Amino acid sequence: MAKLPPYTSTGEYIWHYVYRSICGLIFLFLIMPIIVVLPLSFNVEPYFSFTKGMLNFDPTAYSLRWYEDILRNGMKAPDAPFDWAWLADTWNNGQWIRAIRNSFFIGICATLLSTALGTLAAIGLSRSEMPYRRLVMSILISPMIVPLIITAAGMFYFYSQVHLSQTYLGVIMAHAVLGTPFVIITVTATLVGFDKSLVRASQSLGAGAVTTFRKVQMPLIIPGVISGGLFAFITSFDEVVAVLFLASPEQRTIPRQMWSGIREQISPTILAVATLLVILSIILLTVLELLRRRSERLRGITSS
Amino acid sequence: MADSQTASLEPITAADGTPLKKKLAQALFRSRVRAVSLVVPLFAFVMASFVIPILALMWQGVYNDRFSSHMPNLTERLTMWDGLTEPNEKMYEALVADLKTARADRTIGRAATRVNQEFPGTRSLFTSTARKAKKLKPPFKESVIKANKKWNNIEVWQAMKITSQDLTPGFYATALDGRYTVDQGFVRQDENRQIYVKLFWRTMLISATVMGLCLLLGYPVAYLLATLPLRASNLLMIMVLLPFWTSLLVRTTAWIAILQSQGVINDLMVFVGITADDARFSLIYNMTGTIIAMTHILLPFMILPLYSVMKTIPPSYMRAARSLGATPTMAFIKVYMPQTIPGIGAGGLLVFILAIGYYITPALVGGQDGQLISNMIAYHMQKSLNWSLAAALGGILLAGVLVLYWAYDKVIGIDNMKLG
Repeated sequence: MAKLPPYTSTGEYIWHYVYRSICGLIFLFLIMPIIVVLPLSFNVEPYFSFTKGMLNFDPTAYSLRWYEDILRNGMKAPDAPFDWAWLADTWNNGQWIRAIRNSFFIGICATLLSTALGTLAAIGLSRSEMPYRRLVMSILISPMIVPLIITAAGMFYFYSQVHLSQTYLGVIMAHAVLGTPFVIITVTATLVGFDKSLVRASQSLGAGAVTTFRKVQMPLIIPGVISGGLFAFITSFDEVVAVLFLASPEQRTIPRQMWSGIREQISPTILAVATLLVILSIILLTVLELLRRRSERLRGITSS
Repeated sequence: MADSQTASLEPITAADGTPLKKKLAQALFRSRVRAVSLVVPLFAFVMASFVIPILALMWQGVYNDRFSSHMPNLTERLTMWDGLTEPNEKMYEALVADLKTARADRTIGRAATRVNQEFPGTRSLFTSTARKAKKLKPPFKESVIKANKKWNNIEVWQAMKITSQDLTPGFYATALDGRYTVDQGFVRQDENRQIYVKLFWRTMLISATVMGLCLLLGYPVAYLLATLPLRASNLLMIMVLLPFWTSLLVRTTAWIAILQSQGVINDLMVFVGITADDARFSLIYNMTGTIIAMTHILLPFMILPLYSVMKTIPPSYMRAARSLGATPTMAFIKVYMPQTIPGIGAGGLLVFILAIGYYITPALVGGQDGQLISNMIAYHMQKSLNWSLAAALGGILLAGVLVLYWAYDKVIGIDNMKLG
């Protein structure tokens, strides 16, 4: 901060600090929603705003009731004593629990599908022999660009004719398509730095195509594949428009539940769920950063 | 000498005796097949679950057989009719026959809804006449008009003629605030019923505003990140990436908590004394709310491309400009900024493309005047059930987005798209 060169003029000094403060404010703007959500989720009152007690750090103004509500909401006997039957009840009947289960199930299936197909396609697309490379690539990336409402409306219209709407398969297919562009982009980016002579070396040493892929190519591109997979997972985990159109109440996901929470019955339970989701995204971000470092290390680029 | 000449004339062969050229072509063909076969599974999947559904919906925007499939006799008569002369007895007879069968099959509602889309107020005309259809006696023209005087209005018949054509530009005309008529072709809709073009403009305006705000907020931040030492910038980068990775609904919920009239900002304003307790700002459930929330959500899409471009600009250029006598402002504008134009283009286009099709945030925090065209498409898909109009509105939006996408590919290249 204090390392401004000695020839700096007064005007530049002032500008330097003004500029830093502006940037600080923009960072505050970026991070503010996340900061605000955390304490509000511990509110004892059913409001979305800070109470007097919260501002005075009165312990009685804070509670975990909205976190309990995530478990209790929709249960048959929420006030029963805490035992296995209670847990079974929340597992089977809890609205949020059901949404969380659905989100993970749909997210994981969609991720597996899009990562497998996307990785193969990215390998094919990175080969110079691929005909119509640019056109094919732009078609495969287009699910990311086409407005979600058009995608969802089209799927709703078409899937209901082939009896795929209101089924898990339909939602999974929709989410897998929306996730593939991310896989293609990240895997292609890893393949750009891939040294093709490694493949030739492996082949000249007698390895077949499959062995080369498994032992040489895969370990090098795996960071890209995993981060692509994480992108695909978060896309599915966060997707609500396709779910709004395609899913029945049985396939409600977390964002869908939040959507109706915001529109119909605003309760701080949404904020509690939001806090948990923020924690999840922090975990994913950490994993991604570790992967990036590993990938850099593997290619011999060290961060200074 | 002669030997080498004959040798050079003969094609060079591979070990198994086939000419090398042919062998090379075979090898190239095989590697091409291998590349294609890697891409085909995903291509087929994207086609089946994404491209074809959208094309099927788009087809609905120009093709609608609701009327002709439920009123076959009348459709045949209407096709022969020129649309200007008085409807004749044969047409009335066909009308009654079709109304009878449609009522028996309970499909009258569908046909009536279709005509109602073209000529509002005719739905009840159809259903009420269909109820009486059994009792109507020839001559049908008189008895039908006696049953309901509105049948005497030629505009009803003209609307039916329009709707009886399966392939119709009518929905696109409606989506552009026009009407497709039998006698005049396209005419503009009445002033007070023009909503869609205005909505398209508003969508563009909001998207452009969001893009501008993102650039305004993103540029300084990206510059700071690119010029700070790596350790510090990595730490600050988390502040950009964390919102990027946080659920959209979480962020929208948070903005509701912040901007609502009892929310954080308003409480702060009242506390500081900027505004009175009973005159709180309405920052949400209007256009302001949409713009603030969308700017926040799309800001990382601007910062990341800008950052990756700025990181490649050597700081020595600025120093050189300074040493040659440029003031800091001059050096920044003349030397630094031109080099960031690719980043500005990439980020700006991406933000604009994403903003123009936004649905969730406007639906949740947009209120009345913060709605975008996407929300109108959703309304026609889910509430009014006029899927063809939704398809036409979507078709126009999609065309716009594809043009921008094409431009993005030309200028930046989709291969260069980077995430995180």
